Amino acid sequence: MEDLLAARLQMAVSLGFHIVFACIGMAMPFLMAIAEYKWIRTGEQVYLDLAKAWAKGVAIFFATGAVSGTVLSFELGLLWPTFMEHAGPIFGMPFSWEGTAFFVEAIALGLFLYGWDKLKPWTHWVTGLVVGISGVASGIFVVAANAWMNSPAGFDWVNGQAINIDPVAAMFNDAWLSQSIHMTIAAFVATGFAVAGLHALLLLKGGNNRFHRKALKIALAIGAVAAILQPISGDFSAKDVADRQPAKLAAMEGQFETKQPAGLSIFGIPNEETREMNYAIEIPGLLSFLAHGDFDAEVIGLDQFPEDEWPPVLITHIAFQIMVACGFLMMFVGLIYFYLIWRRKGLPLPRWFLWLTGICTPLGFIAVEAGWTVTEVGRQPWIIYGIMKTEDAVSSMPGLQYPFFIFTGVYLLLSVIVIWLMYRQIITLADRYETAKPLRNP
Amino acid sequence: MLIEAIIFFLGLAIVFYVLFGGADFGAGVLELISGKGDRETIAHAIGPVWEANHVWLILVVVILFMGFPKIYSTMSLYLHIPLLIMLIGIVFRGTAFAFMHYDAIQGKSNKVYNWVFKTSSLITPLFLGIVIGAVVLGKITASPQTFFEGFVAPWLNLFSFTVGLFTLILFAFLAAVYLIGETTDDKQISSFTTIAKTLNACAVSTGILIFSLAEINGLPLFSMYINSPFAMGMVAFASLSIPVLWWALKTERKILSRVVAAGQVISILLAWFWVQMPVVIRMAGNTQDLTFYNSVAPDATLWQLFWALVVGSCIILPSLYYLMKVFKGDQFDPQN
Repeated sequence: MEDLLAARLQMAVSLGFHIVFACIGMAMPFLMAIAEYKWIRTGEQVYLDLAKAWAKGVAIFFATGAVSGTVLSFELGLLWPTFMEHAGPIFGMPFSWEGTAFFVEAIALGLFLYGWDKLKPWTHWVTGLVVGISGVASGIFVVAANAWMNSPAGFDWVNGQAINIDPVAAMFNDAWLSQSIHMTIAAFVATGFAVAGLHALLLLKGGNNRFHRKALKIALAIGAVAAILQPISGDFSAKDVADRQPAKLAAMEGQFETKQPAGLSIFGIPNEETREMNYAIEIPGLLSFLAHGDFDAEVIGLDQFPEDEWPPVLITHIAFQIMVACGFLMMFVGLIYFYLIWRRKGLPLPRWFLWLTGICTPLGFIAVEAGWTVTEVGRQPWIIYGIMKTEDAVSSMPGLQYPFFIFTGVYLLLSVIVIWLMYRQIITLADRYETAKPLRNP
Repeated sequence: MLIEAIIFFLGLAIVFYVLFGGADFGAGVLELISGKGDRETIAHAIGPVWEANHVWLILVVVILFMGFPKIYSTMSLYLHIPLLIMLIGIVFRGTAFAFMHYDAIQGKSNKVYNWVFKTSSLITPLFLGIVIGAVVLGKITASPQTFFEGFVAPWLNLFSFTVGLFTLILFAFLAAVYLIGETTDDKQISSFTTIAKTLNACAVSTGILIFSLAEINGLPLFSMYINSPFAMGMVAFASLSIPVLWWALKTERKILSRVVAAGQVISILLAWFWVQMPVVIRMAGNTQDLTFYNSVAPDATLWQLFWALVVGSCIILPSLYYLMKVFKGDQFDPQN
């Protein structure tokens, strides 16, 4: 295996692994905070049980996310030393703040997980909230650093050296806001739907049980609101990408030729050899509108770029389609949910809707993975867009396939264990709550 | 002054990582040495604080790549292999510890987690020390002729390995002394006390071995220490405080023994920082050594880093204090 490919795959595996845990770390504390808030307010045991059951899961996810994040902070250098040597002083600032945010998160989590009996209820509740707030802040800082790779700012590149470095301008680059918003909302969609989906499935399996109903309500409310907001943020991101990285947008859409107006291709398989989009449904003028807010606007195609500066079109396009499809599906489920609770005040949710929610369990995370693929693969062949190519940044140590194999093995193993542990959490939960009084069906 | 301020924070982060994160690793090593009965004590002691203890390492990494990018990239390139092994140790240790506590069904699987936890507690500090040894020794070459010369020889040597061993011993020593205060069981106290004393003696002999091996490898470590009054002062403190420590252990003065043990480790670190300054990575052949000064980022970056560290400290240190007070407060109660 070629070293560059091995390094890229290792980075992809590491980020793809870490991002799941990072998303859960961002959103889950808020779900727990809602449950705990309700417990403090109502004194109902079920909310305390819920908060504690979720906290057990979070502890496992947080530990795994913390170590995989530590690995990433080293991997940036292990795999891309040339990139880090130049980029570190420019885009390091968000990482330095992320360090503080992560620190606060770890401290607050220690207080939250071990402090149930040691802290006053409201103090304990606040520590949970702090976990969530610092988790979101961490996420935003890291995404701001990634955004800099897509939208380099805050330096002048002269003869292969960065001069006039301005870390503040680098941090607040053109892409940081749209990317951060999109990622933060995505974390809430993915976590909300995953949790809601699991509890929906458990409701289907275990009958009408109060514990799972409460859990579903909290998780789905968060997931649904986020899923309905996400397309708006997606639109903001698309317009931003169209302006800054037209090659990425062209790859996302499989747009080989520059067109005015440009139609939106839904599904379809782009063929890089023949420069054609096959089997797609095309909606005339829609891409022009989505990219530039005008049905007659010109959309730049890949023909405007030399072929060696094209991102891998097939992967970027398919990943983008997957992300959008999952996103819209969850948005519709969210809309149906609000319709149902509006129409059926207080009645239990119908079984078909529980099934629908259950199907959504993995969709948010599939969308997150697909979205990251779009961002990262769509930036290729650049590591710093337009400045430094990925192939020029890779470590000169030969044999990079071995670290790749090792880390892939480690992360696969950990994924299996975490899934197995979650399964064990769930079966013990069922044991505890099957005896809970089922709510009467009026 | 700005560079020195950043170096100060870097040193501080390393010291904290060793004192807290290091002791966490050491606790795992102690489980390996001692019996099963201590598992509860150890788990109880590190549970609430262990996540926070390990963030210091991330801080060290961030300061390096933002403030001294050339040092970070050189270490990452030539010490890829030991860093990789260290990272795998960190991953397995962190996850095994969490799985051990949060597995919903406490059964046979716990034995596996515990075994992984202990083994990785051993590997991680060893390779952390090997990395430090490689950085000090000066076998890293900027133009390697072979894979072995470039990526293996700099760290796969007796000197680096001994530094790894020394690191391991120090971490386990810290853990043993800290853990005395975490238990009321007399048997455990006497076992931890014996281990602490033994490790204290091991640290001294390994330290002497490091100096001898340095001379054999052509690194005049001994004269570097002799020529630095500050470093000698630190070494003198570390040595002269040994009887104090043993007396504190014998008379079960838990807080005093913790303070003296931490003080010894801090003085060893400070002495090392001092003789090393400003060199960070000693290079082989005619290549210029990497110092803080020739690898430093531009001022604009350092200022941002500085402010992030200052503001970060103002947030982190009080929070850490609160965390310790909630979970460890009773141990520092004068009544105890």
